[in-house]
Amino acid sequence: MRQMLRAALAFIVMALAARTAMAANDLTIEITKGNDQAIPIAVVPFKGEGTSPGTDVAQVVADDLEHSGRFDPIDRKDLISLPGAGDTLNYSDWKMINANYVVVGKMTPEGNGYKISFELHDVLGQKRVLGQYVSASRDQLRAGAHFIADQIYKKITDVRGAFSTQIAYVSATGTDQNMQFTLNVSDYDGYNARQVLSSNEPILSPAWSPDGKKLAYVSFEGGRPAIYVQQLTSGKRIKLTSFKGINGAPAWSPDGRRLAMSLSKSGHPEIYVMNLADRSLTRLTNSSAINTEPSWSPDGQHILFTSDRSGGPQLYEYTLGSGQVSRKTFTGPYNAGGHYSPDGKNIFMVTRDDSGYHVAKQSLENGRVTVLTKTRWDEAPTIAPNGTMVEYATQRGTQGVLGLVSDDGKAEFVIPSTKGNVREPAWSPFTD
Amino acid sequence: MQFTTTAKTLAAALSFAVIAGCSSGGGTQDGTGSGTMDTDGMTSGTSSQGMNSGQNMNVQMPDVMTIYFEFDQETIQSKYEQVLNGHAAYLKANQSASVVLQGYADERGTREYNLALGERRANAVKQYLVMQGVSASQIEVVSYGEERPAVEGHSESAYAENRRVVFDY
Repeated sequence: MRQMLRAALAFIVMALAARTAMAANDLTIEITKGNDQAIPIAVVPFKGEGTSPGTDVAQVVADDLEHSGRFDPIDRKDLISLPGAGDTLNYSDWKMINANYVVVGKMTPEGNGYKISFELHDVLGQKRVLGQYVSASRDQLRAGAHFIADQIYKKITDVRGAFSTQIAYVSATGTDQNMQFTLNVSDYDGYNARQVLSSNEPILSPAWSPDGKKLAYVSFEGGRPAIYVQQLTSGKRIKLTSFKGINGAPAWSPDGRRLAMSLSKSGHPEIYVMNLADRSLTRLTNSSAINTEPSWSPDGQHILFTSDRSGGPQLYEYTLGSGQVSRKTFTGPYNAGGHYSPDGKNIFMVTRDDSGYHVAKQSLENGRVTVLTKTRWDEAPTIAPNGTMVEYATQRGTQGVLGLVSDDGKAEFVIPSTKGNVREPAWSPFTD
Repeated sequence: MQFTTTAKTLAAALSFAVIAGCSSGGGTQDGTGSGTMDTDGMTSGTSSQGMNSGQNMNVQMPDVMTIYFEFDQETIQSKYEQVLNGHAAYLKANQSASVVLQGYADERGTREYNLALGERRANAVKQYLVMQGVSASQIEVVSYGEERPAVEGHSESAYAENRRVVFDY
């Protein structure tokens, strides 16, 4: 019986692998580094999955949990039995393979999709702690899986899952005068990519509005940089600024009413805040140095920015109201591209040391710096809205790809691109 | 940290030295007699154009359109002065001509910061040209930062070819 199951499972996995390969038009995640202390969890292939088209729902759930760095999904070949939702679990079996939790599910055809029932079992407590279902059309099965992972993540960690969120990023092909740039939006794991803008001039610095409905970005179309704001559903957009010089680094205020940016219309880059209602500008910095890459604190009271006023680039914090500026980074010669964590307790940034440019986290409470990534050209960190994962731009060979690292640096993944150089990721807010 | 600060100060000093060098010796280097520039490059430039326009009506556009920079520097290296002087002469002789100075950086570091570095380089070239007597209104600066690299790759030689200012007439 078990052999039959194994054989059936092998067939299913193979069939799915073939489909995945066919559907690999965008990105596939590879594990770079695992976390030894992660919670072992068994995600059993969902019953009835053989009939589902192209998406291995349980695998997506397991991958999501693993990406958080908090979970270590047990290899499918080590699963002793393959129960589905509604089946009775023999907890001692799961204890034997050291699973702390077990996820089981069942897919029932419904309309043009499936009703996906799923359960979370606590092996040590020997009880079901979650039992729900979600309906998903055939082309929304990954979304269904992300929803399930969100529920499981929340139940176990008491932190909201961010697996249903999206990223915006830029992809580029070619060199010098023969380049093509696209701005894209995809699921956080790179799947379901769709193009938002295409141009033969550079696009950079996408930033989500806090309601997740708009993107601000810099586009050089027409040969000069300008800041645009584009509605994602309609595609409708406005050119917000096109001053002489740099129009760069747009950053939304948490209330969505203002946009911080870097403009060099005065002669060198300074931080400005634009009131979006009347487009009035307020200049925040006044130094002959570079001032760029503004980022708002979650409480809207501070703006972090990069300046080389002390020599090399370092991060400074501007306090709105008082206008006071204080330097935040002192470790190393190069700290730039800073962002606050959603709880406002840490900043994520690009730091340079002898081995290259890395993503680092600095505590705003005690100043301690933790370098999270180890490859040579890591930059543009963007933080999941629940603060647990960071995506960033990195290089594999000569290709630009996106990396994903847990906020403690313990789990690391690469999302290789099949086309072009991928960079400038921006993580969406929660959108419901 | 210390080293960087020192390097920066040194760079600033060198930059000043180069500019000062142009101010006093510019006239002797390319024979266009751009004169001594003080603080008001534009005004002085106009007078020097008056002086030069007659003899430079047929000044050719220089062949070299790109000059390169050291890592993290916007200092104009002396080996490029002749190229820049040639552009200055052309622009002064052709007042209806205008140029876009495209500033670029290598790929290291953040993209927005590199936009600022590219602009600094292009501005250094603009400042040089203005001190040679070119009207600032003939010059526009557009920084592309590390976008549009001339050469792809992570080698020092690729970086060196990407840290550049391009004359785009």
